[in-house]
Amino acid sequence: MALRELSSLEKYLGLKKPNKYSTQGDKKVPVLQNNTGPPLVGLVTVACHLVKEAKRPELLGDSAESRAVVQQWLEYRVTKLNNCTKDDIKTILKDLNMYLQDKVYLAENQFTLADILMYYGIQPLIVDLAIQEKEQYVNVTRWFDHIQHYPGIRRHLSPVVVLRNRIYTSRHH
Amino acid sequence: VRPRLRCSLLFSYLDTVKGDRKSSRFRVTLGDRMELIVSEGNPQCLKVLAALGLTGVQCPVQHVHHEETVVPFLSRPALPALLLPNGQHLFSANAICQYLFEVNGQDSSDLCRQWLEWEATTLQPALLQALHKAVLQGKGSEMSQILQGPLNYLDRSLSKGNTTYIIGEAVSVADVVLWAALYPVLSELSSVKSWFDRIAAIQSCKSAAQKVMQGKGLQGMKSYLQRQPAPQSSQCSDTHEEGERVVSEEEMEAAFLAWNRVLNVGSPSTERHHPILPQEGKRNILLTSALPYVNNVPHLGNIIGCVLSADVFSRYGRLRDWNLLFVCGTDEYGTATENKAREEGLTPKQICDKYHAIHSSIYKWFQIDFDFFGRTTTEKQTEIAQDIFWRLHKHSFLVEDTVEQLRCETCQRFLADRFVEGICPHCAYPEARGDQCDKCGRLINAVELKQPQCKVCKETPVIRSSKHLFLDLPKLETQLEQWLDKSTRTGDWTANAKQITRSWLRDGLKPRCITRDLQWGTPVPHPDFKEKVFYVWFDAPIGYLSITANYTDKWEKWWKNPQQVELYNFMAKDNVPFHSVVFPCSLLGAQDNYTLVNHLIATEYLNYEDTKFSKSRGVGVFGDMAKDTGIPSDVWRFYLLYVRPEGQDSAFSWADMALKNNSELLNNLGNFINRAGMFVTKFFEGYVPAMELQQEDKKLLALVSWELQQYIQLMDKVKIRDALKHILNISRHGNQYIQVNEPWKKIKGGETERQRAGTVTGVSVNIACLLSVMLSPYMPTVSQTLRDQLNAPQSCLNTMLQGTGAFVCSLRAGHRIGTVSPLFQKLEGDHIEALKKRFGGQQVFYGSLWTTAQKAVGSQPADAPAPAAPAAEVNGVDPEKAKQLTQAVTEQGDKVRALKAQKADKAVITAEVAKLLDLKKQLAVAEGKNPEPASQKSKKK
Repeated sequence: MALRELSSLEKYLGLKKPNKYSTQGDKKVPVLQNNTGPPLVGLVTVACHLVKEAKRPELLGDSAESRAVVQQWLEYRVTKLNNCTKDDIKTILKDLNMYLQDKVYLAENQFTLADILMYYGIQPLIVDLAIQEKEQYVNVTRWFDHIQHYPGIRRHLSPVVVLRNRIYTSRHH
Repeated sequence: VRPRLRCSLLFSYLDTVKGDRKSSRFRVTLGDRMELIVSEGNPQCLKVLAALGLTGVQCPVQHVHHEETVVPFLSRPALPALLLPNGQHLFSANAICQYLFEVNGQDSSDLCRQWLEWEATTLQPALLQALHKAVLQGKGSEMSQILQGPLNYLDRSLSKGNTTYIIGEAVSVADVVLWAALYPVLSELSSVKSWFDRIAAIQSCKSAAQKVMQGKGLQGMKSYLQRQPAPQSSQCSDTHEEGERVVSEEEMEAAFLAWNRVLNVGSPSTERHHPILPQEGKRNILLTSALPYVNNVPHLGNIIGCVLSADVFSRYGRLRDWNLLFVCGTDEYGTATENKAREEGLTPKQICDKYHAIHSSIYKWFQIDFDFFGRTTTEKQTEIAQDIFWRLHKHSFLVEDTVEQLRCETCQRFLADRFVEGICPHCAYPEARGDQCDKCGRLINAVELKQPQCKVCKETPVIRSSKHLFLDLPKLETQLEQWLDKSTRTGDWTANAKQITRSWLRDGLKPRCITRDLQWGTPVPHPDFKEKVFYVWFDAPIGYLSITANYTDKWEKWWKNPQQVELYNFMAKDNVPFHSVVFPCSLLGAQDNYTLVNHLIATEYLNYEDTKFSKSRGVGVFGDMAKDTGIPSDVWRFYLLYVRPEGQDSAFSWADMALKNNSELLNNLGNFINRAGMFVTKFFEGYVPAMELQQEDKKLLALVSWELQQYIQLMDKVKIRDALKHILNISRHGNQYIQVNEPWKKIKGGETERQRAGTVTGVSVNIACLLSVMLSPYMPTVSQTLRDQLNAPQSCLNTMLQGTGAFVCSLRAGHRIGTVSPLFQKLEGDHIEALKKRFGGQQVFYGSLWTTAQKAVGSQPADAPAPAAPAAEVNGVDPEKAKQLTQAVTEQGDKVRALKAQKADKAVITAEVAKLLDLKKQLAVAEGKNPEPASQKSKKK
């Protein structure tokens, strides 16, 4: 799973030469085999490395604050979104929904690596949501739909229909 | 290390970042509106305070209680938190530390990030669990074991890197984060220790520790930890690294201790006294297998999906000394039975009697050891179903509605789903049934069928309305969800069961019709619906209760006793919603303290070769035919369990069955057991020799014990197929052990060598005894035969599978074993080919209904020998001679091996091999088997 994310990320970044990966341990933590140095271990670590390799530092944030925010959500992604229980999912969606209330992207108005990896990580949860639930977490679904349609991001994942087309609600008539 | 504020450096760095105009804002607001919020007793706060001190960043610190909500968008209190100059909150300690270091001009490197990620994903889960154990459960001694993996990793990295700090010669953010994380628990690991002390000596760290921990040690964190969600124990097992398992000294010692234990006396678990009722102080398990529908002969897919899986688990449970009741029975009411009766010109009752007997005999042949195998067409069924109905009625969980239904004017009746056929509205399949299409599998509403036809008279039915009762599922939904949440959290539900249930709930529940216009069913007692019967989905699961009631009058002790009883339901996945949603709703609504399912075990589908088993289309192998193949019931069980569709669909294949029989049963398991037994017979006159265990033997004991523990862990979780693999691993270890130690050579050597041969033989035959116990749930006959051959005490059965498992030396030195003979036979290619042709069924079965298929098979005289039945009646069978020849083959085999080992002249070896093959041929004839082709590679005996 993590390896597919990384390969999608590579494609998005336009990295010409695909890197060599392996995994480690039961959790299949991705490992990047590096020609120049020791191997890099961990999804966040490898992803940040790829971004730097592609000379796209703005994807890690363009200020110390946004860089911290990006790192924070990347950590959130690998600690909270992997192997979460049903209750966890509810909390995650609720919190994220609150957080995204006044934001376009996770790091305010700037598209970053945090959006990409959070999207890859949360997609399986969103797939399982009923329409009503998607409507309950409207900010998450808005953000999610935005990211899945961001050029070059979706790659290995199938699109999720997130919102019903409601032109008029019945209440108004 | 002196804290430094290197603003100039920071800005020159920031300037190199593209499009970085905003950095000027930074200068104005830094330290202006920033605020760090921390709490006591939370090690995460240690990280940020130390980092703040180290970097010298100016920022006010506010101390609050750890339950205070600071970050507005998080539902759980999260501390520490950093309020950023732009009004955003950081709630991850690691991100805060990284930020503080960056403000101070120290950007995180790849390596640094890697350590932070490792800390968050690997170290933290283990730490949380360790702290939880130590502080809240008072099990401080378990901390080191939980943390062993991550600490070893850190220790190795530190000693390998040979640098003062984690990354190079200067303190980095990784040092601060890891130091703070480990502060509460640090152990004696030498490299970690000296590094740790170096960081701890830093003034900022020291004072941070004082502020957060208040010098109270672990107990200082109690209040904080109590409010954190309890960690899952599985997280710590991930810290082990993959690869070849290394056996530790401790494991060897533990295995050796277990080996020397004494067998439990008495064997209560092998005796059953009916009626079995729940007992105080025991684990009381009520186990059901989905009720097979009576109108057909079950196929292998049904057998593995329900009764066989449940049987294995119940046999295992009894060995574990659980107080267990295993019930099942035939589901007999409904349209399909009425149809079948019409086809065969019998009454529904006669059909049920006939097929109930067929089912019973098939399960008997498969050695399904029910405590009671009943049926749903009984007085008790009517009584209990009507009671539940009236209770639902009383609590207003039933609603009335009018349904549009097809009615055949010719036959003068409403047509139930299966009395109608027509064109599938989804895929245009011409023979879709009124409830489901066999082609696309979708559920159909009978009125949606195109060109519907009455199955009886072939006339076109008309649409009429009829009044029916519905179970108000939406009204019960909240109650159901509460119960489900608890049951799936605390019980063992297979992943597919949870997922199917979730998808049903997600789509929202609708009222479900519980009445039907039929005669063959439990009558609805309500006067307004007196012409109707209960719909089978409502009625059939009540069969579990009524069948138990037919077994014992005290059935309510099982079924109205959720406090004492754990209920396991076994089924194939298509049955999940009825057991997880619909039936629980009936019971919840009836409000009579019913026992609801705790563990729902659902298999995926078993396919036949490349196609689906289908009862209605007659594809595949059916229960009653399995015995005609001449393949023993135990081998069928073994193979079906080996390919049990656990977690994913799997396929039955004749070729694979032969392969698994020959490679796993014959060459691996059978070979090992037979060698072990034969060595005792041949070299030690049938008496188990004295054993002087050496390091190597203890290592084997440890390996075997580990496999045994895995087996128990998996079986406890009903991972039947996975557990079987561990049995086979043990015999693989055993074969290797014999191969390396060559007792057949050593027996001819000096005193020490002979003693060694004795030890190896003794250990091996004891492993064989352990295998007989572990095999018992899977292959009961083979297991018993093996114990008979070894003359093993019955008490080994209830000793070795207790607790986490103990491989006990149950055949002590001097024990006399019985006559050893091979347990398995080879399945020959041509035999299998013939079976495949015979049952492969395409020409016989495919595309025809079961009834025609059965007629086709039935047209062969039942007692005529099947064309490809094993050649048991080949002339020349002679058990006495076979015995002598077995001996001769063994000796000749050993001779050949010895010559090969000595690297003797090739011509000599070839001559001896030829002799061996000839002997084997004679042996095969004497045993009544087809002689193996001469080209067969000589097998190791």
